[in-house]
Formats: sequence, C-alpha cells, structure tokens
Amino acid sequence: MVEFDVATAAVQAALDAGARYADARVMHRRYESMTARNGEIESVTQDESAGIGVRALVGSGWGFYAVPDLSESAARAAGERAARIAAASGRVAGPGSTLLPVAASTGSWHSPCAVDPLSVPLSDKGDLLVRATGTSREHGADLAEGLYQIWDTRKWFVSSEGHRIDQHIRESGAGISATVIGDGETQRRSYPSYRGQYGTQGWELVDSLDLTAHAARIAEEARELVTAPLCPAGETTLILGGEQMALQIHESVGHAIELDRILGWEAAFAGTSWLDLDQLGALRYGSELMNVTIDPTIPGALGSFGYDDEGTPAAKRDAVREGRWVGTLAGRDSAAVAGLDYAGSVRSDGWARLPMVRMTNVGLEPGPHTLDEIIAATDDGVLMDLNRSWSIDDKRLNFQFGCEIGWEVKNGRRGRMLRNPTYTGIGPQFWRSMDMLSSETVAWGTPNCGKGQPGQVGHTGHPAAPARFTNVRVGVHG
Amino acid sequence: MTDPLDLAGRVVDLVRQVAGPGAEAEVGTEYAELALTRFANSFIHQNMADAGTTVRLRLHLDGRTASGASTVVTAEGLRDLVERTVSAARHCPPDPGWPGLNRPATVDEDGNWDEATATAGPEQRAERVREFVETAGGLEAAGYCRTGHRSGAFANTAGHTAHGRHTEAAMDGIARCGGADGVARLASFRLADLAGGVLGARASVKARAGVAPVELPPGRYEVVLEPTAVADLLQNLSTWGFNGKAYNEQRSFAVPGTEQFDRSVTLVDDALAGPALPFDAEGTARTPVALVEHGVTRTVAHDRRTAAEAGASSTGHAVPGGAAVGAVPLHLGFVPAPSPNGLARAGEVSGPVVDADTAALVAEVRRGLLVTDVWYTRVLDPRSLVVTGLTRNGVWLIEDGEVAAAVQNFRFTQSYPQALAPGAVLGIGRHTALQSHTFSSAWWSALPLRLASWNFTGGASG
Repeated sequence: MVEFDVATAAVQAALDAGARYADARVMHRRYESMTARNGEIESVTQDESAGIGVRALVGSGWGFYAVPDLSESAARAAGERAARIAAASGRVAGPGSTLLPVAASTGSWHSPCAVDPLSVPLSDKGDLLVRATGTSREHGADLAEGLYQIWDTRKWFVSSEGHRIDQHIRESGAGISATVIGDGETQRRSYPSYRGQYGTQGWELVDSLDLTAHAARIAEEARELVTAPLCPAGETTLILGGEQMALQIHESVGHAIELDRILGWEAAFAGTSWLDLDQLGALRYGSELMNVTIDPTIPGALGSFGYDDEGTPAAKRDAVREGRWVGTLAGRDSAAVAGLDYAGSVRSDGWARLPMVRMTNVGLEPGPHTLDEIIAATDDGVLMDLNRSWSIDDKRLNFQFGCEIGWEVKNGRRGRMLRNPTYTGIGPQFWRSMDMLSSETVAWGTPNCGKGQPGQVGHTGHPAAPARFTNVRVGVHG
Repeated sequence: MTDPLDLAGRVVDLVRQVAGPGAEAEVGTEYAELALTRFANSFIHQNMADAGTTVRLRLHLDGRTASGASTVVTAEGLRDLVERTVSAARHCPPDPGWPGLNRPATVDEDGNWDEATATAGPEQRAERVREFVETAGGLEAAGYCRTGHRSGAFANTAGHTAHGRHTEAAMDGIARCGGADGVARLASFRLADLAGGVLGARASVKARAGVAPVELPPGRYEVVLEPTAVADLLQNLSTWGFNGKAYNEQRSFAVPGTEQFDRSVTLVDDALAGPALPFDAEGTARTPVALVEHGVTRTVAHDRRTAAEAGASSTGHAVPGGAAVGAVPLHLGFVPAPSPNGLARAGEVSGPVVDADTAALVAEVRRGLLVTDVWYTRVLDPRSLVVTGLTRNGVWLIEDGEVAAAVQNFRFTQSYPQALAPGAVLGIGRHTALQSHTFSSAWWSALPLRLASWNFTGGASG
C-alpha cells in the first residue's frame, strides 16, 4: 500500500540522517459532528485530516516532525527534519534513552462496527437530535442541547525495527442535556452523560442509547433541581452512580498510574503522581474491593485498539489487585527507564502530535452488589451521579468533584433530590473507604482527556459501576 | 507553502462551481509552522514541530448551513471538501439563525511579526532551555520553549477578503526544590523577549523560597495573585462570562451597563497587542474592545450569529465552530494602574516576590496570602461563575507587608466575578505580562491583583 511506502521512506530518511531508531505513522481521519439546540440543528461539521508524523532518536535525544503531505518526497523531508530536531535535543541531554526491546509486530486490526456511522444519512441523524432536544424543550428545559460525534481513523505504522501495522478504528457517540436557568444559577441534567456515551463502535451505539426516551425526564429533573434543597455540608456516606465512578477512576487512578507522570516527564504541566515506583507491588491503593485493570482489548470500549502507537499489541494488565497497586500505563521508553518489562499504552491524537503515555480502558472489575442493595444497606448518606465539574491536584491526590444531581439516602431508601452536590477527598483515603461495589458495570467512554504540550485530546474508556464510600466530605460550596 | 489568500479564493470559486451562484460561503485558510521543545528532569525529552495548511469552509445553501475543514489541499482534496459540505448542507434542517456574510471589504493589516522568531530552529529553542536549566542552579527543571508563525486568509462569496500573519513564542518552566516548585511563564510575538536565564532564575528563587511550607486552615484570606494566577481569571471570565452565546442563553453573569466589578477593573480584548491574526473566523477585523470600563460591564463578545440574536454588531470574536461554542474574547487583558515615574518594571528577582509590581501590592497586606499560580480550575456553575481549583507553584503567608512563610497548597471554591466585585479589588498592578493559553493560540494580558477575599475551602490534607 502506498501509505506503508510513504512511512517507510520517512523512516529510512531519518536513519540516513543519523537516527538510531525511527518510526512513522501515516494517519487519515474523518470527523463528523452535529449539535442541536431547542429542537433546531445548531451546527454540522465534517472534517478531514491526513498526514505523517515521524519520530527519530539520535544519540539520547528525541525529535518529531509532522506534515499533512503524503508524497514520498515530503515524507523523506519529514524524516530528515525529525532527525535534525532530535540532534538539537542533545544540546541539553539527559541519560541515554533506550527502548524496551519488543518483537517487531506486523498485522492489521479494525474495531467492531455494525453500522458505518458515516453512511447514516445526515437527515436521519438530524431528525434524532431535533426530536430529542425538542422533547426536552417541551418538558421544561430552557436550553435543550444534543450532540453526536464520529471519528473514522485509519493509520499505518512502520518502524526501523520492522513494525508494519495498519488499523481502522471507528468511534461513535451521542448525548443530550437539559438546562434550566434559575435565579443566579443554572441546573443541568444530561443523558447518558454530559457529552454522551462513546465507544469504538458504529452508529449502533447511538441507536442503543434511545436518546428521545430520556429527553422528557432530564428536562423535568433539571427544573425540579432549581428548587431542590442544597446538598448539605458535612461528612457522610457517599454512594456514586456508575458515570461519576468512571470520572473518579479516570482522574484519581488512571492519570496517577501514568508512568511518564511518575517519572516526572509531565512535571511542569499535567503534573506528577503521588505514586512512587519503589512502592509498586506493595502500596495499599484502596480497599480489597478495588480491582482495576488496564485493558485495551474490551470490544467496543472507547480506549480499545489492536496496537498502540508504538506498535505494541493490545494486552490486558492489572493496575490494582485487591487494593494493592501493581501496574502502570507505560511506553517503550518510559518502561526502559523504570525497569519494567511491559509497554503498550502510548498514543497520539493525530498525525501531527507526538505519541505519549495515555490511558486505554482503565476500569474497575465488577463487585458483588447492586445499586439497590447499596442503597438498602445505607442508613444515612447521599447518592450522587453524572459529573458536572472535576478538579484534582497535580499529584492526583486532592480532588473535588461536582455532580448534576444528588439524593438523600435515609434508612435504606432514596429520598428527596439535592442540588449542587459536591464531594472532596484525598485519593488513597477515599479508595480505601470503598466498602460496597456494584456488579452493574458499563464501559463509559471519555472523549475529552487533555494532556501534553502541545495539547492532545485522548479517547479513553472506563468500566465502572456504582459504589459506596464512607466518611466523605460533601457539600463544598462557593 | 500555498498562498493562503489564493487558496481561499480557489475554494470560493469551487463553491460557485459546485453549488451555484446562490450559495453563501466563508473560507478561512491558515498555514502554520509550530515547534515546541519540552524539558523535564533538566533535559530535553520531547521535541516536536509540524507545518501545514488547514482550510475551513462554512456554507449556507437554500437556507441550510454546514461546515467542514481539511488538511488535504490538493485539487482533489479541496473539491472533496466542497462537495461533502454542499451535500451536508442539502441534508440539514433549515437554519433560521444564519446571520449572512460580511459585506465586501478588505482587511490586510499584518499581525505582529518577527522574522527571527519565524525562522527559529530547534537549536535556538534548545539554547533557551539550556539557559533556564543552568540558571536553575542545580535544581531540577521542567517546562517548554515554543515558537511558531501563522499566515491566514479569509474570503467569502460576497467579495470580502482578509489576510495577515503573526509570529508567536512562549516559555514556561518550573524549578523544583525539596517538594516545592517555582514557576516562570511569559509569551510574546518575539522569541528575543524570552530570556531563558531570567525565567530560570525567577523559577529557582521561588522554588527555594517555597520549601518547608506550613499548613494553614482553610477559610477566607486576603490575597495577592500573581499574573500567572490572574491569567486563569481572565480565561474563565472570557469563556463563560463574556461569551456572546452564553450571554444570549442567560448562562453568563454579564449584565451590560451594570457596575459588576471594582472601579479599578478595566478589561480590554485586544488581539493585536500580542500574537494573533488581524481578523476573526468570519473575516471581521479585530479591534480593541472594552468589555469592562472602570467596573462597568460594557458589552460581551459577539460573532455575527450571536450579534444578530442580541440585536448587536459583531465585535470580531468569531471562532471556528462558533455556532456551538459561541463568540469568545481570546486575548483579554487588564488595563494596568497608572505607573508613577521611577517605579521599577517587573523583572527583578529578590525572593518569592520576584517583581516590584507585586512587591508594591504585598507591602500593603497586613495578613494574607501570595498566590503564584492556580491549577485545574473547573466551573461549578456558569452563571455565578463559581470555580474550584488548587493553588500551585508557590503560596506564601504575608504578615505586615512581608512574606513570612511558605504555605502548603489550598483548594479554593470561589466566584470569580465576586472576587472582582465593587470594593473587592484593593490593588492592581502597573505592568502586564502576556500569558499564553495552555491548549490554543489564545493569550491573556495579566497583572498582579490584591483582592480582599478568596475562599479557600480545603487544605493539602483534604
């Protein structure tokens, strides 16, 4: 295929310019999105992007160069530029860079897709969002909004070690939200989450959401929230719904176990981690109910792939087992520095960006309970769900999250609705207090994970289920 | 490199061929070369550059609107862009809010341009990194140095054209000492304005002054916010408050004609004071817009669509994808207090207070906190603009006008408009410093602020 030839030319040019290792990714992506507001289409966008990114290692310095030109001459020039940049890195050099030795992979992979999302007529997609947001509007939303997004990505990877891989990944997702303007504040309810649910699937995922069936309910709940009592401040038992648990896992586990953060490579921006490699295998991260896996092989989950962007085949790995920290998200260079024997979690968000350590699917294995059982077992607490705001410190320890909705839980029953529910805590203390976990797992997709400089937007998956935590501070307000 | 204006004109012609004379189209083209050299653990660990052209098309056909963009600028790629956007428009529901096109005019004013910055290579960026690391004086250093330039053009089917170019540069780094980080951050259109040695020295002095922090109880404290922190206020006020779409939807706090801020607060969005193209995504010329004057909210930012809804005129703040995200003032800044003769400019290094501007504000505080930077701020409610986040890169207790001790980081939950409300601003800096946005080409013109109260809702231990 011509794309492999172009990538091979770029790699060879980098080697000819002095690189001791080089790889190249040709990527072609189509993106489509539509937004609707109050029963009318607000925007329709269809984008196309194609180019090549080349990574070169000269001495101990890395360089990366990218161009949206898939001619062989442009690819060769890009390989040479990557090597020149790598050589300049040597002016402020660190310890010698090495890569974790791996067998060169060759292969082809595509994500499951029953209904090609780009083949569904725009008029059908528009009708869906118009119908759903129109229904929300009719049931009391001041602002009824809907959104779908589709990414169709093909990539071809070649390395100087013999990797030769092509992948075709299709991602789809959609969601609706209803906002009511109150006196000095707003209230919002969303389905199935604020930006929607996403996966490496076709339009069948959007169909399965049945957005319109939930449109009236979210509008009515948003209006009810405006006059609901404020979530009281204090320390209590907290029950989190599955969608909020996905966010909790993403922020306070997923980012914390990124090896580049642990090694200090993100210290100036995304931050570091409270985890220390010396504690790997021994540290008590959470209660014994806490089993977290790194698993890019989950069919249809948003963080799934066949190979990462260094050509490492997807494989499942433990991150936390029975509450003990046992694994990281790693790449070939970071694993070599840390003395680990696995990689496989490196991706970039497009041809123009450097691959870096990113979450794949980081999620909790199911527990033994159900949400109903958790509520029934709770004498006094608060149930919160659907994320509204999220903030966590640069070590991934001190967090404060806000949800769209809360309910009192009294004597084993869900009680009155609470507005502006927030909770705050310190990661390991919080996870160690998890005493009940549901089996009702959903692989939530997060299509907006920011990291890196220049900024990259990652797509990650988080299997999560409702859970209960004890002695949590709730009701933090401005 | 293809001439952006020529490219925009070719796409307009293609639209006429494919969709006929009745189509209304806006075409924006941009050629950009961007490079960023990152360092951590005191060496360069990531070093990248990219170059390329992007074409954006917004099309209104038979009362329906669709948009598209592409990096594929071959003849085939451009035709594909036009044909799929035409097809999309034909399948879309009607768009009653279409505001029409800018009328024919020409915008050909250049943005700020510096040839040395445009041609800077990885060697020049590495040299600044080396200076930063060396002046950190043995402390572990991390950050980036970036350079870039953009040439952009706009054309629409009504005959309106615009073109321009600008350069950009930024440096942002920390020095690390015994668990304390110190930061220095600056942006400009000229790489020569960024001295790695000065920034490294500033970061290292702050890091050394931040060791052995004490833990103070949460609560309301008087604060002096340094420009690195004030940039976050500007970003959130811009995105959530002065956004014309948010205002139209009543999700903004802004009430034009009302004294919503302290009289010392004047906020102006002025793209051409820094690195930016001289026109927006709809081809409207960018000019300085006073959003707040002496505490009174004057207007919000509009593109043509939000302006039509509000019965106003575009203020030149259209952004790509604006139908969904709104009109955002991406180059917002404080107007500084008048500077008396003899006051030293910011840039001195003497301790955690690294410039005379901030020192003058600190000297007035009986008891309060000096906050260098904030992190991971998120909006709890857009209308009240209550924001939660954490301090980062240095907090110090101020007693009787002097820095008394380093303090551990806090979490805060604070309404930003309330923090700047009438009577709440006790002092304002006399010099601004350009602070670049984390993820985009936006920037903020920030200065130090002394505020009467900031609501710290949690300490380092929760």
